[in-house]
Amino acid sequence: MVDIFLESLTYPFVRYALIVGVLIALCSALLGVILVLKRFSYIGDGLSHVAFGAMAVAAVVGLTDQMLLTLPVTIVCAILLLWTGQNAKIKGDAAIAMISVGALAFGYLLMSIFPTSSNVSGDVCSSLFGSTKILTLTKGEVYLSIILSVVVVILFIALYNKFFAVTFDESFAKAVGTKTNLLNFVIATIIAVIIVLAMNLVGSLLVSALVIFPALSAMRIFKSFRSVTVCSAVISVICALLGIVLSIMFDTPVGSTIVITDIAAFLVCTIIGKIKG
Amino acid sequence: MDQLVCKNLKLGYENITLTEDLSFVVEKGDYLCIVGENGAGKSTLMRTILRLQKPLSGTIEYNDDLTASKIGYLPQQTVVQKDFPASVYEVVLSGCQNTLGFGLFYSKAAHKRASDNMERLGISDLAKWCYRDLSGGQQQRVLLARALCATEKMLLLDEPVSGLDPKVTSEMYQLIEKLNDEGITVIMISHDIACSVKYAKHVLHIGNEFFFGTVEDYRHSSAGKKYLEEGHHHHG
Repeated sequence: MVDIFLESLTYPFVRYALIVGVLIALCSALLGVILVLKRFSYIGDGLSHVAFGAMAVAAVVGLTDQMLLTLPVTIVCAILLLWTGQNAKIKGDAAIAMISVGALAFGYLLMSIFPTSSNVSGDVCSSLFGSTKILTLTKGEVYLSIILSVVVVILFIALYNKFFAVTFDESFAKAVGTKTNLLNFVIATIIAVIIVLAMNLVGSLLVSALVIFPALSAMRIFKSFRSVTVCSAVISVICALLGIVLSIMFDTPVGSTIVITDIAAFLVCTIIGKIKG
Repeated sequence: MDQLVCKNLKLGYENITLTEDLSFVVEKGDYLCIVGENGAGKSTLMRTILRLQKPLSGTIEYNDDLTASKIGYLPQQTVVQKDFPASVYEVVLSGCQNTLGFGLFYSKAAHKRASDNMERLGISDLAKWCYRDLSGGQQQRVLLARALCATEKMLLLDEPVSGLDPKVTSEMYQLIEKLNDEGITVIMISHDIACSVKYAKHVLHIGNEFFFGTVEDYRHSSAGKKYLEEGHHHHG
């Protein structure tokens, strides 16, 4: 089976998948820590459904590069959701449920009415759960993913201290003059970018897993924000690599394989955390 | 010197006025206690002083170079913080965030400031502890150290002793008094009227009745008499 994997490495698309997979896993884990701590996990879930709807529209319209549409739509929704979440706390989660379910239904309807291929259910299934086989990306998508991931990582490192401040205590941060609204806006935008990127890898229904699991795993073990962030990134990258490799070796769907390795890591971390006390 | 001058403040939200005609002065080194019924607008007043929200009308004048970033704030704890994985040092250091500016990382001076303030509040040995593993009193000390990193001039404390047991409460009050003796102005919201009167220099009572003046005058005012009496009953 190892031969299968080594042989597959000679194909460029496998190498692309590994590079993009690792980068996406890294970004989603970094932001995942903030998302989980800010109690925004559900926003990630909602946004992925919105991205699915946008992707359906892009497919029907016949855009060759679907990210051109999904990215801006998801970013706008992320900002809107964060906004409503802040201003009307009770309505926040209902608004998200509404938008996400609506987008899901709308997307599926569009894909069924205007089928772009003979295999509609296959298309729907792969956008919801990721490619059934190894992920195939065009060169353009690969470059775009790399550029966006690098930007996300740089932004995260640059704003690390401020992200911590605004996540731990927004009132205090605002009171001492930190521009919390701007930071929240940046966080929302980055989340949207990550979700659109990660959707290629694991499909829109499984995106949240990629964002949430590594952060939760790291939190079982570590007790400072910095170590949780680093650990989350490491776990996520390892799981993504392992997941992709396993999916090639056993010919399983790449998205769910990655998620399963993330869940396994979570269980291991929970046990370690229990033992450590 | 008057550090803070509030004139004819009207506080509240769009359609609801919580309190009107609020005028008071806070001097340098003052210890002001804000008391009043629930919903009287105590927290709103504090948020307004912190410039987190705008008054409906009236003005607040800040003197003594009290820019927004120079006021130390001890907010009430949020749900988010209860299980937050952050070390004590990380939390205290975040009090220096107003020195970050466009810089990305904390300066040596900021690190020293954080260490000094932890020393000052006797929590140096907790530096590597996880915030969520601390007791309520320790957590308040950490947040107070963080507030001190942001200011040397004025502390705004929003119910700093709520949820603490009597022993820890009195330790907290002594700590605040010590900081006040060192020259830091203290403005505190409190439900614990008896202790407030014991430690504070001035009292601001808002709500059904208005009072602003020294603690001594408050004891003899109608608002003070009624409120102190109730407080007394509450505490048995």
